[in-house]
Amino acid sequence: MSSLSRLGRALPAVIAIAGLVLGWEAYATLSGISPTALPPPSRVLMQAFEHRAVLWANTLPTLQATLFGFAASLTAAFVFSVLIDFSLTLRRALLPVFIISQTLPMIAIAPLVVLWFGFGLGPKIGLVALVTFFPMLVALLQGYRSTEPELEELLSSMGASRWRVFLTARLPTSLPYFFAGLRVSITYAVVAAIFSEYAGAARGLGIYMLNAKNNFRPDLVLAAVLVSASLTLLLFGLTVLIERRALPWTRLGERR
Amino acid sequence: MTPRLAISGLTRRFGDLAVLDGVTLDVAPGTFVSLLGPSGSGKSTILKLLTGALTPDAGTIAFDGRPLLEAGRPFAFMPQRDALMPWRTIIDNVAVGLEIAGLSRKAARQQVAPFFEPFGLSGFERHFPAQLSGGMRQRAALMRTIVQDKPMLLLDEPFGALDALTRVGMQRWLETMWGRHAWTALLITHDVREAVLLSDRIYVLSARPARIVHQIDIDLPRPRAVGPDVAAIEARLLDHLLTQHRD
Ligand SMILES: Nc1ncnc2c1ncn2[C@@H]1O[C@H](COP(=O)(O)OP(=O)(O)O)[C@@H](O)[C@H]1O
Ligand SMILES: [Mg+2]
Repeated sequence: MSSLSRLGRALPAVIAIAGLVLGWEAYATLSGISPTALPPPSRVLMQAFEHRAVLWANTLPTLQATLFGFAASLTAAFVFSVLIDFSLTLRRALLPVFIISQTLPMIAIAPLVVLWFGFGLGPKIGLVALVTFFPMLVALLQGYRSTEPELEELLSSMGASRWRVFLTARLPTSLPYFFAGLRVSITYAVVAAIFSEYAGAARGLGIYMLNAKNNFRPDLVLAAVLVSASLTLLLFGLTVLIERRALPWTRLGERR
Repeated sequence: MTPRLAISGLTRRFGDLAVLDGVTLDVAPGTFVSLLGPSGSGKSTILKLLTGALTPDAGTIAFDGRPLLEAGRPFAFMPQRDALMPWRTIIDNVAVGLEIAGLSRKAARQQVAPFFEPFGLSGFERHFPAQLSGGMRQRAALMRTIVQDKPMLLLDEPFGALDALTRVGMQRWLETMWGRHAWTALLITHDVREAVLLSDRIYVLSARPARIVHQIDIDLPRPRAVGPDVAAIEARLLDHLLTQHRD
């Protein structure tokens, strides 16, 4: 794909976003609404730049909770997916537990977890993991199951053990599914980290937003939102890049 | 001479569905035997019983005069769909059987590399399956079967998914390969001409529940061209197959 046609595809999105921001700017400046209620985007940007040191200092803990939480849930999703794939008993025992874990409302759980485990990094990692674990687990399980039965039969006829069939056929088959789950999870991860900080933290974007709101500074709340959105987009872009590098065969159709 | 493969009274049902009803056949060493039957008659099921993917309800399978379980995986199997792994290059797809047999990836690649030339795939070692045509994929799948160097080949409709022209080309090509190597093979097909052109012996299977209803030994010289002899055998076989459909 040429970079020109790539640009062409991104153009509608750029125009839509630019239109939205300009409309917001025009309304905020022309309608006479107080900037302490709705600050224009230009003011948000300027304040973000002015407070960049503080914002950055609060971004680091959020990024830390996000990445550690995500790494923990990635590991857990892989380990449990393998256990569930190999044992019907474990599937029956664990899947309902995981599904119930997804019904827990974050808004109730986050403050409790902070109450039990304190303001440190640990409970935040746990909360991020809780939110991001399930989409990846489901994607992996679905990926394993979509393995071609004839391929498994072929490998067995060659004398492959069950574990060998898993490594040679089931795991690679699941990779495109896994990356789809990964993309869903990564968009939840930053939001989950911020939410857990909102419930109680010494530093982080979540607690920064809470303080800014309490000081009647919506411009600083939105500046922190801007940072968190950029963070999510960055991580999302990173997973897309990794996927392209890791799964070259999935894009062969495009080139032909 | 002890047959390489001797199947006797093979019976299998799936729940209420009786699929095989006492199938008996022999394959002599160095011969190419075809199993011809309508689709859904249980041909693939027979191969699954041979590879151990399924177990029979009744009947025996002997390999070189010994029970199959003592023969230690004597078959190289080519499934009905090519079952190439889209994430592996062609050379790594072809080498997978050797890797599973314990070779390192490097050693397995070295061992399969010389086969690319006769199989008409030189230069495609590092391509992915999605970059190959249907005929090339089928040749790659067949190469994956051959390189395992097993005493006998089991081929499940290897050319079934190809267009007519490619299929004829592949049949001719397989026949020349055959003349050079004298493999022992059991070919599953529903293509009468393919069976006549390639086989030393043809078994005709009835519709479900399947049993052998006819057996023909073909002594025509190779390479075989479509002439009156071939046409006569084809007519006889078609007759048997069509009778199957009447009842
Ligand atoms: N694992 C299975 N469970 C239930 N029915 C099966 C199974 N495998 C095959 N069958 C049925 O057995 C019959 C024969 O199948 P198959 O051996 O694949 O036929 P063929 O290869 O001759 O076309 C079909 O009706 C098919 O639906
Ligand atoms: Mg079949």
